[in-house]
Amino acid sequence: MTEADLRAAVPQVLAALVRRGAEFAAAEDAVQDALVEGLRTWVADPPHDVRAWLVTVAWRRYLDAVRSDAARQRRESPPPEEPVEVSGRDDSLQLYFLCAHPSLTPSSAVALTLRAVGGLTTRQIAEAYLVPEATMAQRISRAKKTVSGSRLDAPGDVGTVLRTLYLVFNEGYSGDVDLVAEAVRLTRQLHRAYDHPEVAGLLALMLLHAARRPARFSADGALVPLAEQDRTRWDTRLVAEGVSVLQAALAQDRLGEYQAQAAIAALHCDATSAEETDWVQVVEWYDELVALTGSPVARLNRAVAVGEADGPRAGLAALADLDPGLPRWPAVAAHLHEKDGDPVRAAELYAEAARAATNTAERDHLHRQAVRVKAIADPKL
Amino acid sequence: MPKYLMLKHYRGAPAPSNDVPLDKWTPEEWQAHVQFMGEFAERLQDTGEFVSADALAPEGTWVRFDGEGKPPVTDGPFPETKDLIAGWMIIDVADYDRALELAGELSAAPGAGGRPLGEWLELRPVMSEPPTVTE
Repeated sequence: MTEADLRAAVPQVLAALVRRGAEFAAAEDAVQDALVEGLRTWVADPPHDVRAWLVTVAWRRYLDAVRSDAARQRRESPPPEEPVEVSGRDDSLQLYFLCAHPSLTPSSAVALTLRAVGGLTTRQIAEAYLVPEATMAQRISRAKKTVSGSRLDAPGDVGTVLRTLYLVFNEGYSGDVDLVAEAVRLTRQLHRAYDHPEVAGLLALMLLHAARRPARFSADGALVPLAEQDRTRWDTRLVAEGVSVLQAALAQDRLGEYQAQAAIAALHCDATSAEETDWVQVVEWYDELVALTGSPVARLNRAVAVGEADGPRAGLAALADLDPGLPRWPAVAAHLHEKDGDPVRAAELYAEAARAATNTAERDHLHRQAVRVKAIADPKL
Repeated sequence: MPKYLMLKHYRGAPAPSNDVPLDKWTPEEWQAHVQFMGEFAERLQDTGEFVSADALAPEGTWVRFDGEGKPPVTDGPFPETKDLIAGWMIIDVADYDRALELAGELSAAPGAGGRPLGEWLELRPVMSEPPTVTE
């Protein structure tokens, strides 16, 4: 019995309570209470059937809450206590849609999804996002209020579900709870329950980036860019799984932004070195991605790929069409100018990029690049 | 969810729109100002956007290392001209626009005559973690 087994049962337990007629927000609180009690007491004595135990305890908590509410409001006759049967049916899929409901802000959707679908405690979510537990509790409580009028069985919006899971993956701090791993777990679970090419695309994207995590930071904690990563440290099992999920998705011939991004990631994972990367194909996938999203970030990354496929001058020409105010524009320009044999301009741009960085790992990396290129520009330094 | 730091200054910020020196405020005006700050923080706890806040005493000391085995060198008090931080609040919000909106509200804390102080707040992004997806 691991914490992960316990967490995996949470959405099914919550769905069981709601199916039983429990109101979502109160049921979710009851499941969280049962989860916390399980985490506290099971170390010594785990139950035989985790899910049944959670359902029983959560249902009891739910009835207690309803009764005390009813007493407060001087109402009578709380719902009769009935045994809850644990059916094999799994409608936890609907919870994904509800927790990422379009009426929620992205951060509320992230918090609610991690708690109600991911089975994380409020404290764990708060620690993962470096905010006080009381703040996170409020965020979750408000999110539940916002979706309280929505039906659990109404058809949902897969787009907001995917965006929510992507946010968990992309902005995951690596604290006590590994949010990257959690995002992969939740997306895998969604992919099993819901056949959709973009769900598969997002899962593939996550797997192919998660595969590179062992090589992303050096032993002393410095960021290692893709071109310099020790590719023998990439997780080949995750790469293989990602490629296979992606191929199945692409075969459905309904391209979307996550599949296109995953295709780019797959081309990188396929190359034994940066030089051996099929940059022409990478550029073609960026063209698809730009056509699908129009995203300025995709155009910026496309300029990097063009610089590799057709040379730095072509990359700089692609960059010239883009707004220099874009985040990471100076870093891309620095890289292309360096490849074009202009270390003086590159050093200036790396220094500018370091000043504009929004995280310390990238700032330190860009600062090291500025120092390195300056030494090339003026070896006497 | 970016985090932002809102900095209040005793000195060093441009003059507020309601520019009356603190020693000219009545105790009631000061009380109303402090109460507004407390209620503002409580409201952000309710919206799930509050991270932390503290006020700083104006007295302080410059300190620096002065070599192995020697006590640190100190200097102070701060000269009158120095930029002097009065306190801060860290918020965790949807985006920059929301941070601007909240800073604007905090700057409207009541000052002399109960009118909005219109204090200049310094709004600074807090460094985040690097994204997992890099290309």
